[in-house]
Amino acid sequence: MSTELITMSAAQLAEKLAAREISSVEATQAHLNRIADVDGDIHAFLHVSEAALSTAASVDAARGGGAQLGPLAGVPVAIKDVLCTFDMPSTSGSKILEGYIPPYDATVVRKLREANLVPLGKTNMDEFAMGSSTEHSAYGPTKNPWDLERIPGGSGGGSAAAVSAFEAPLALGSDTGGSIRQPAAVTGSVGMKPTYGGVSRYGAIALASSLDQVGPVARSVLDAALLHDVIGGYDPHDATSLTDTWPSFAEAARAGRNGESLKGLRVGVVAELNGEGFQAGVRQRFDEAVALLAKAGAEIVEVAAPSFEYAISAYYLILPAEASSNLAKFDSVRFGLRVTPEGGGTVEEVMAATREAGFGPEVKRRIILGTYALSAGYYDAYYGSAQKVRTLIQRDFSAAFEKADVLVSPAAPTTAFRFGEKLDDPLAMYLNDITTIPANLAGVPGMGLPIGLAPEDGLPVGIQLMAPAREDARLYTVGAGLETLLEEQWGGSLLAQAPALGVER
Amino acid sequence: MSAAELMDYDKALELFEPVLGFEVHVELNTRTKMFSPAPNPANEEFHAAEPNTLIAPVDLGLPGSLPTVNETAVRYSISLGLALGCQIAESSRFARKNYFYPDLAKNYQISQYDEPIAHDGQVEIELEDGTLFQIPIERAHMEEDAGKLTHVGGSTGRIQGAEYSLVDYNRAGVPLVEIVTRPIFGAEHLAPQVGKAYVSTIRDIVRGLGISEARMERGNLRCDANVSLRPRGQEKLGTRTETKNVNSFRSVERAVRYEIQRQAAILAAGGTIIQETRHWHEDTGVTSPGRPKSDADDYRYFPEPDLLPVVPSPALIEELRAALPEAPAVRRRRLKEQWGFTDLEFQDVLNSGLLVEVEETARFGAAPAQARKWWTGEIARIANAQEVEASSLVSPQHVSELIALVENGELTDRLARQVLEGVIAGEGSPSDVVKSRGLAVVSDDGALIAAIDEALASQPDVLQKIRDGKVQAAGAVIGAVMKAMKGQADAARVRELVLERASQV
Repeated sequence: MSTELITMSAAQLAEKLAAREISSVEATQAHLNRIADVDGDIHAFLHVSEAALSTAASVDAARGGGAQLGPLAGVPVAIKDVLCTFDMPSTSGSKILEGYIPPYDATVVRKLREANLVPLGKTNMDEFAMGSSTEHSAYGPTKNPWDLERIPGGSGGGSAAAVSAFEAPLALGSDTGGSIRQPAAVTGSVGMKPTYGGVSRYGAIALASSLDQVGPVARSVLDAALLHDVIGGYDPHDATSLTDTWPSFAEAARAGRNGESLKGLRVGVVAELNGEGFQAGVRQRFDEAVALLAKAGAEIVEVAAPSFEYAISAYYLILPAEASSNLAKFDSVRFGLRVTPEGGGTVEEVMAATREAGFGPEVKRRIILGTYALSAGYYDAYYGSAQKVRTLIQRDFSAAFEKADVLVSPAAPTTAFRFGEKLDDPLAMYLNDITTIPANLAGVPGMGLPIGLAPEDGLPVGIQLMAPAREDARLYTVGAGLETLLEEQWGGSLLAQAPALGVER
Repeated sequence: MSAAELMDYDKALELFEPVLGFEVHVELNTRTKMFSPAPNPANEEFHAAEPNTLIAPVDLGLPGSLPTVNETAVRYSISLGLALGCQIAESSRFARKNYFYPDLAKNYQISQYDEPIAHDGQVEIELEDGTLFQIPIERAHMEEDAGKLTHVGGSTGRIQGAEYSLVDYNRAGVPLVEIVTRPIFGAEHLAPQVGKAYVSTIRDIVRGLGISEARMERGNLRCDANVSLRPRGQEKLGTRTETKNVNSFRSVERAVRYEIQRQAAILAAGGTIIQETRHWHEDTGVTSPGRPKSDADDYRYFPEPDLLPVVPSPALIEELRAALPEAPAVRRRRLKEQWGFTDLEFQDVLNSGLLVEVEETARFGAAPAQARKWWTGEIARIANAQEVEASSLVSPQHVSELIALVENGELTDRLARQVLEGVIAGEGSPSDVVKSRGLAVVSDDGALIAAIDEALASQPDVLQKIRDGKVQAAGAVIGAVMKAMKGQADAARVRELVLERASQV
């Protein structure tokens, strides 16, 4: 029963909870057991909630009392440590926030609680979401459940690993340049970066404000949609939040399952995101997935996005610039780590010593980059030019969406790489985000979902689907359609093929 | 620089032309702060709050918190821009001004940089002799205030030499409008007066709009005065100094005058002026060097990504324009006529900077002539002696009440002055002071008659003189009676009664 409870999809769990075939306490306990069994190896969690079982019990009690609860009530969920939780530490993977418990919940966390989901704990991440491997976490890396020698992607490697190692059915992530989609791709899970402004950023510890977006991580398209329905929508606390009324993403996903939606769908293959430097097995599985879409009646068109070539350069100016300012608040005066130099010091000296001790090398690298890019005399050449590139990329997307309903590319250029492989080569690490960055620069939604294992290494490969801004529902429909076709081929979910972990109970 | 080292003022003006510039910060009195829902201490209701009690996550720069724009503050800023004769920008934007300082929670200030809400205006001011002078306005922009530091230990109350500093974040996030003038030419020997009249006009404008408490002693209105000198006949502007936080009308006048004399002495001796901020010392009447300031101070401004541009609708701008109170010059002409003051009387009020006080006192029911008499007389005298602003001593409402007490015979002028002292000393309203100090006029005729009869009886020669028609002889009796009543009697009534009793006794 315990194994069944953890391998079940969130949608199935929710159904059984609603039918009172199982209790939330049982479901929560099963996941806590799984965490106890495997997280020593995986290290997906930085903190496991002590309140999970009592929360689950109160949901069960409410249900027992006849309360009308939301679709995911009683389902456990893991929360990326970038999100503020008033009852758990929120460190964003950094030493500078070690033990910091915010006095408030992020809006998305508040919505989870209001929908009666059960927070299991906080997941590991690259420090302040800067990285593609979780190797930059101040608390040690997370391992890929497919191969413990390999990275689970980043920055949201903790959330992706938790879901793919069956430690949680659902997780929240945040995506600034691919931090939801790339980990999903390399762990065989599903991750969605919503339209910028579709999900509140309030209480998400900011990396780059104009790029950050919170989104769902799950093992199926429908599960991601169900979670997106809970966390999405307008938030008056976030001025960049969209006031749109959103359709039900779960309905959109369910509608996609019959495959009808793929007939006549115009699928644009982005030439610039599938070329040199992409692993052969990644390209192979991607081409097969595109062929599968064509077989289902989709019309495949090649689209050009000439400005995507400059996306990484622009991104690595805009992100550090905004980050250098966003991270200035970590100065020891009001919260977090405080390091006083020997023999005391002025406030400036204390600030400097704290930041020296509290930030890791990647964070320092980006603060220096960003500070430089914003400096008087360099602003126009760097930040100003990067913003122009951003406009050009948005135009490329507009032109491409004239020809295609969705755009597709591999979700990442390679499968999971080995620990240490790119740690000393920041540029190689940055290039791993080449496929995912354009969607952040343009604010359009992007989804990563598994399309098979690369023949050469047996590791998961993901596809990225992108739609015009506000068309998140389209991705759920198309994603569910493709997922259904693939699972028919595989005879089940890809994750069923993942190696066993820890001890079976 | 000691007084002896300063150049004689007239001599300075003979050699140099002063060029002025002012930056005035106005704290808006909205109920909540510029970017957070916390109560605003610049609103009368909250100004006496305990330190660090008016704070929300945004004001402390807590991780994950996000600013949202206070719409009322935007409306107030537009109204102020219109009252300054400015163009209102179709679209204006917030920007981050990055610098580290412990009173700045986020270590950046949200301000406006290249896209202020209002620009290119003009303000008419009236000088002591009634001449009108135009002050060109470059811009008015919205921003947030910083917290307040209290330096403990050390003798100066400044950060240098302090043992530690306390931070009060109540003021962090208070909505500010910064009004920046263009260089002001042609003030010549009236430069100090121009400064005083300008700041006083700004105060009148914001008070008229009701958008700020505008109390300089509380920092609701703060002035930085820029002064430079250029030799007569020279085109190029001289190097300027910026004297910070000159926080009374009188100080603006004194500080400008001092800087002219100081700079003239240095320049005439072949020295150079250092571009720097300077501190104004109210007690000694001098400025001292602050920090060096160059135009290249690098604040790494960039557009605030957490906020959308402010795009006021033309309809809103017209609505606010239509609701503007009359311009100060128009108002002055109207009030002068309405009150029936002579030129001299009205200038007297204007030059004392007490127009608003007289107007408000009259609004509470006092005769304008009485209001003028008290404000420019007794209250101004005390203010001069204490070297404070008259407006900070007593409220118009209390002055009006005092005048009413005199009018209806409950107080004599002499008693009223004692009551005023009590009110200024913080003993409460005029009627409170009358009660607590027992200062009411003896209006009981019985008590007066008893005293009069006694005085007449003891001075039979005087009684005879009065009976003989030498009415002026009554003075001696009146004096004796007033003395017996300890001054708490209405002299006119005593005189009436003396004449009456003299004919009867």
